[in-house]
Amino acid sequence: MSSVTLDHVYKRFGNAKGVEDVHIHIESGEFFTFLGPSGCGKTTTLRMIAGFYFPTEGQIRFGSQEVTAVPPHKRNTGMVFQNYALFPHMTVFENIAFGLQVRKINKTDTKERVERIMKLVRLTGYGDRRIDQLSGGQQQRVALARALVIEPQILLLDEPLSNLDAKLREETRFEIKRLQLELGITTIYVTHDQAEAMSMSDRIMVMQSGEVQQVGTPHEIYHFPVNRFVASFIGETNLWEGTVVGIEGEEVKVRLASGHVLSGLKQNASPRARLEAGETITMSIRPESVQESTVAEGVNIVSGSVEMSEFTGACVNYTTKVGQEQLRSMSINLGRPVKQRGDSIGLHIPKESIYFAG
Amino acid sequence: MKADLQQVPALARRKSITSSPAFVYVLVSPLFLILLAYVIYPLFETFIASINVDEQITWKNYTRFFSLEHTANLEALWTSIYISILSVISCGIVGVAMAFLLERYEFPGRKILSVLALVPMALPPLIGVLSFTFLYGESGIFPRMFKELFDLAQVPFSLKGFWGVVVVHAFTMYPYFFMTATAAIKGLDPSLEEAAASLGANRFTVWRRVILPMLTPAIVASSLLVFMISMASYTAPLIFGIDRTMTMQIYLSRTNGDLDMAATQSTILSIVSIAFLLIMRWYQGARNYQNLSKGVSVHRTEIKSKAGRYVTIVLSFIGTIILMLPILVLVLISFSVDGTWTVQILPPQYTMSHYIDLFTDSKTWRPIANSLQLSAIASIGIVLFGVAAAYSMVRLKFRGKTLLDVLIMLPWALPGTVVAVNLIAAFSQPNVFSFGQVLIGTFWIIPLAYFVRHLPLVFRSTSATMMQMDPSVEEAARNLGASWWYSFRRVVFPMALGGILAGTLLAFVQCIGEFVASILIFTPRTTPLSVAVFQRMYNFEFGTACAYGVLQIVVIIIVLFISRKLSGDKAGTAV
Repeated sequence: MSSVTLDHVYKRFGNAKGVEDVHIHIESGEFFTFLGPSGCGKTTTLRMIAGFYFPTEGQIRFGSQEVTAVPPHKRNTGMVFQNYALFPHMTVFENIAFGLQVRKINKTDTKERVERIMKLVRLTGYGDRRIDQLSGGQQQRVALARALVIEPQILLLDEPLSNLDAKLREETRFEIKRLQLELGITTIYVTHDQAEAMSMSDRIMVMQSGEVQQVGTPHEIYHFPVNRFVASFIGETNLWEGTVVGIEGEEVKVRLASGHVLSGLKQNASPRARLEAGETITMSIRPESVQESTVAEGVNIVSGSVEMSEFTGACVNYTTKVGQEQLRSMSINLGRPVKQRGDSIGLHIPKESIYFAG
Repeated sequence: MKADLQQVPALARRKSITSSPAFVYVLVSPLFLILLAYVIYPLFETFIASINVDEQITWKNYTRFFSLEHTANLEALWTSIYISILSVISCGIVGVAMAFLLERYEFPGRKILSVLALVPMALPPLIGVLSFTFLYGESGIFPRMFKELFDLAQVPFSLKGFWGVVVVHAFTMYPYFFMTATAAIKGLDPSLEEAAASLGANRFTVWRRVILPMLTPAIVASSLLVFMISMASYTAPLIFGIDRTMTMQIYLSRTNGDLDMAATQSTILSIVSIAFLLIMRWYQGARNYQNLSKGVSVHRTEIKSKAGRYVTIVLSFIGTIILMLPILVLVLISFSVDGTWTVQILPPQYTMSHYIDLFTDSKTWRPIANSLQLSAIASIGIVLFGVAAAYSMVRLKFRGKTLLDVLIMLPWALPGTVVAVNLIAAFSQPNVFSFGQVLIGTFWIIPLAYFVRHLPLVFRSTSATMMQMDPSVEEAARNLGASWWYSFRRVVFPMALGGILAGTLLAFVQCIGEFVASILIFTPRTTPLSVAVFQRMYNFEFGTACAYGVLQIVVIIIVLFISRKLSGDKAGTAV
């Protein structure tokens, strides 16, 4: 096991920028995720850690070893590729044993280690199968076994679930997390799926167009996004603009275009938010925190007419028109009657759920 | 972000050669060197020979070539171009029409025809021309048969001269159109036609506005290819006695001892060929609409009317006969007793002895052994070069990549005659590329010529296979600790093996059938099979010549069959 440090790493491809100034330290045994839309530089960063790209500037260290220019085959990382990259001309056993043969491990040890790892990923008995005789989920587990059997310092996963169907994805997600906890291995996971990132990671690095936006625990990223991008990329949110009209102690009062005045807490603000009277400010309000109110008037209560109503069974989702803005809300189905399009509705926005994104 | 980002001394690491950025150039520089030594340098030497007359630099050969007083050369250039244009038109009509009939209509005999349509590919150039003269030439079977049948004084028709060349070209080269048009028609999504029809287009408009434009890239690419091959054609003009073509002029200038004129003619023909190669490359890069939809199901129209069925049965029977006859006639004549077939329609006496001689008479066996040996040596070189070049082109990034691609395809564009003339110019004196030896007149010049002529074959089949390989498979091997060489050996090579073998087998049979360059550079001790066929023909030993030909065809058919299996039909495009 080893920690990983990226020390002001830059990568440029000719004139095009790939990754700008990534500066992070990943703890030994941590499950760390690079999250972002496609083209954000997350895979580039992972490939620099694997050694397929070399940084234009900066250093990469595993523990205290500098590996910036070490070729991939000397890094002892285990990588699972998006399309698995299994060797089609070898059996399951041969695929998994490949890394051990490279390391010149003797036959009996190889056999034993391969069988142990096959048991761990629940592939016992599949050793002689050809790769094209396996299902997508099984191929994915072969890829995982092949990466783990060499006992790598670091496990690298490049969107490993993107080729699986929804149900299998959830199962495999659980499986990967279980293996990671059992083996305690430092794991770097690349994905564009925020649900995957949130459910599995110890910490997440959110990236956009080559730049790091925020590094933090899932909780921090969800509740305290540093900017609009992070707020809207992680989960669903309502982004509203308003004008600060006054600050009273811990409370900030903001007037919306619709005339409603909302009050939020000063502490729920990103460092870039300028909480001064007269400033225009963006607020992030999560749909699940907005609750249907029995009264139409009151503190932090807004009213409007339902534009769209969705009944999903477990939840009731409304899109409500408040002045010129839309407010999405989501509540657990408690058996109350569901409002229909055109109905008027009052919604309560708790002051602790308002986040000033800047 | 956690605290301990303090600087740590760099780990002392063993820098292996394969991991340095310069390694790419270590790998590709031998490729450039080989191309320089055996393609570019000979080309250059020929050019020098064309302007260096009696130790003086002069353009007088070129003014002589284009002079309007002695028009032999200009006539030859014009005849070559004219033959090529007619070949393109006739091949295009035959090839595209056949592709359409076989892909879009269901009729009795369709399956047999679509297999036999590729038979001309199995005929080595010389053998193809010979079988045509046996069948349709002045003393051929069919003209004599009609003469006898209708009791005429002269044969009513015969294949000879200019039109003989064009007909032979049409027969041997239409598969280039047929193959690309078939692929294009297979890729045509029938729903496009249906969409056009539902928008109100009639059958003619669908053809004009949808089908033909979609086929244009395939037709243009094949036209360029056939034009280039026709320009390079040597065997057909040789056998039909058309002296005024570029390739024949080169041959005649050489045999008349006018070496600098031969060099001039070679240089001009090279320029034409290279220009065509560049146009083809440009065009293939520019065309962009290929089949966008996958898994297209082709629906064939069944011919239902009774009259139509009878007509198609008769026509496909005739088609089958025409396609099979060249091979059948060779088989027939290979059993005839040498020197007995004079004025009869068919050879009068038959024997097995030619086939027995092939393997028992050392004089007859000798050219076979020579060809096997020469081709095997050339093939080894072609494989080593082709695999390294394919890997470099598909996987590596380096400066001069486009140049390498053009240089590799260059020998394929150069006519065999030119390749031979170039090698003669370069290696009739010792130089550094021949390790200080004179190669002309030795054993080694022939494998070298084969190597140069066919080196793109393995390159193309291997790079086609490698392009379909996911690069992350190799990365996975590297990630698991395999060195570059280890992952090449254990992963890249086995995965590309199908393509490599298919290309190698094709290169091998092409070498065995090679005639055009061989005839200029062979020595009596290294006479290859194709030259032996030619010599036997001139001695009227038709039986032995045809037995050699049948042997070649059998080998080619076996090889084509195996390489198709190996590469799943992709090999066909490498020819």
